[in-house]
Amino acid sequence: MGHRTIIPFGPQHPVLPEPIHIDLVVEDEKVVEAVPSIGFIHRGLERLVEKKDFVEFVYIAERICGICSFIHGQTYCQGVEEIMKIEVPTRAKYLRTIWGELSRIHSHLLWAGLMADGFGFESLFMHSWRVREQVLDIIEATTGGRVIFGSCKVGGARRDISPEQMTWMLKQLEVVEKEMRLIVDVFMNDDSVKHRLCGVGVISKADAISLGAVGPTLRGSGVADDMRLLKYAAFGELDFAPISRTDGDSYSRCAVRCDELFQSLDIIRQAAAKMPTGEIAVKVTGNPSGEFFSRVEQPRGEVVYYIKGNGTKNLTRFRARTPTFANVPALVKMLAGCELADVPVLVLTIDPCISCTER
Amino acid sequence: MIEEQTIIGVMPEMLVAEARKLCEQGYRLVQICATRLGEELQMDYSFDLNRKFVNFRFLLPKTGGRVPSITGVYFCAFTYENEISDLFGVQVEGNALDFKGNFYTTAMKHPFIQDAVPASVPAPAKPGVQ
Repeated sequence: MGHRTIIPFGPQHPVLPEPIHIDLVVEDEKVVEAVPSIGFIHRGLERLVEKKDFVEFVYIAERICGICSFIHGQTYCQGVEEIMKIEVPTRAKYLRTIWGELSRIHSHLLWAGLMADGFGFESLFMHSWRVREQVLDIIEATTGGRVIFGSCKVGGARRDISPEQMTWMLKQLEVVEKEMRLIVDVFMNDDSVKHRLCGVGVISKADAISLGAVGPTLRGSGVADDMRLLKYAAFGELDFAPISRTDGDSYSRCAVRCDELFQSLDIIRQAAAKMPTGEIAVKVTGNPSGEFFSRVEQPRGEVVYYIKGNGTKNLTRFRARTPTFANVPALVKMLAGCELADVPVLVLTIDPCISCTER
Repeated sequence: MIEEQTIIGVMPEMLVAEARKLCEQGYRLVQICATRLGEELQMDYSFDLNRKFVNFRFLLPKTGGRVPSITGVYFCAFTYENEISDLFGVQVEGNALDFKGNFYTTAMKHPFIQDAVPASVPAPAKPGVQ
């Protein structure tokens, strides 16, 4: 046995835009154990349900995260709607699907840039974020916001997409697709990228399940599980099958996200073609009484909201289990046995969102 | 209805055995959470197999409640168990990775079982009043 040293990783580190700390127990250059610490910026947002009524609270839910904000709002709204037995207009379900998938594309492109930056490929980082800006432009044109959309509400949607906007959006997405294919080609085929990712940080299928992994971290290990199969929003009427890879390494997790970029484009096109005309929201009366575990697929994986109401305007309990929180044990597992130089890249392969985790 | 959700009442002392049965069937641990209900805490342990959602539930007293750790069955439970320990003061016995109250940095101890506004916090001044 070599000499053991504990190296603190984070909470401030060049690859970490948000604070997480990991104590790395290393022998020479090999990590033998990793002990994570979070909680540096825990906000206790869950307790704000005691002060904000259930209609207003969607604004709080959207602000849990600055990347998957729309899907947080959607998860909350779907949970309250289940409790109150509100039937959302079909057009609103399609709008939610389109905005949700635009969120996934911009989140995955953000991750692609961070990942490229993490393994030192600066030009790939810049190109990924340049394309992401084009997606944010589409989001801004259709919702008015670039990061916080504010377009989902209990009972439906706050905004509609006009036929002219839809035509423009689909045309813009053709440009985005061409650009994304160039970026993905580098991610998947460049030797220097594959050298850093292939065979690194392997999580077996059995480990991914027992460690409670979700999202691309789970699907990269061969488990084709995706909450969109619950057929929420418009997914029951769209052609969709989860993307998975079997190798369980860093390359597989990246490949799942790269493939999902184009899958999301396909879902948006299907939704645009099938979206019916009609109302985008129904009037909400009364207060929620009951409980529901609302589950939706975010870019990083399954998010779970537990929502419980007692018939008053304030909910009894709002609890958010975010995907990064669920992926921390898988990260601990993949770090054990890796080379010290691979730690930053491995941390990025779960696409950590500490803002979500510290809700 | 998006999905059927099965909620099963279990005794805390049977929790580990029941969790092991689900683990052997291939269920993954979805989440653990506590909910304050007056002078009691509602404990929820959620599991999923191919989008079949099962939730174990039992009640504990608001303070001094104890639960056995399920980290021996699902190691990933350590994050949730540290969370309910830090935020709700639930004592988890046998957590494989116990942060001993230091998982979260909080301004007060067990903030999620405290009243919404602590008595020590003065009321905000009325407009125009010095």
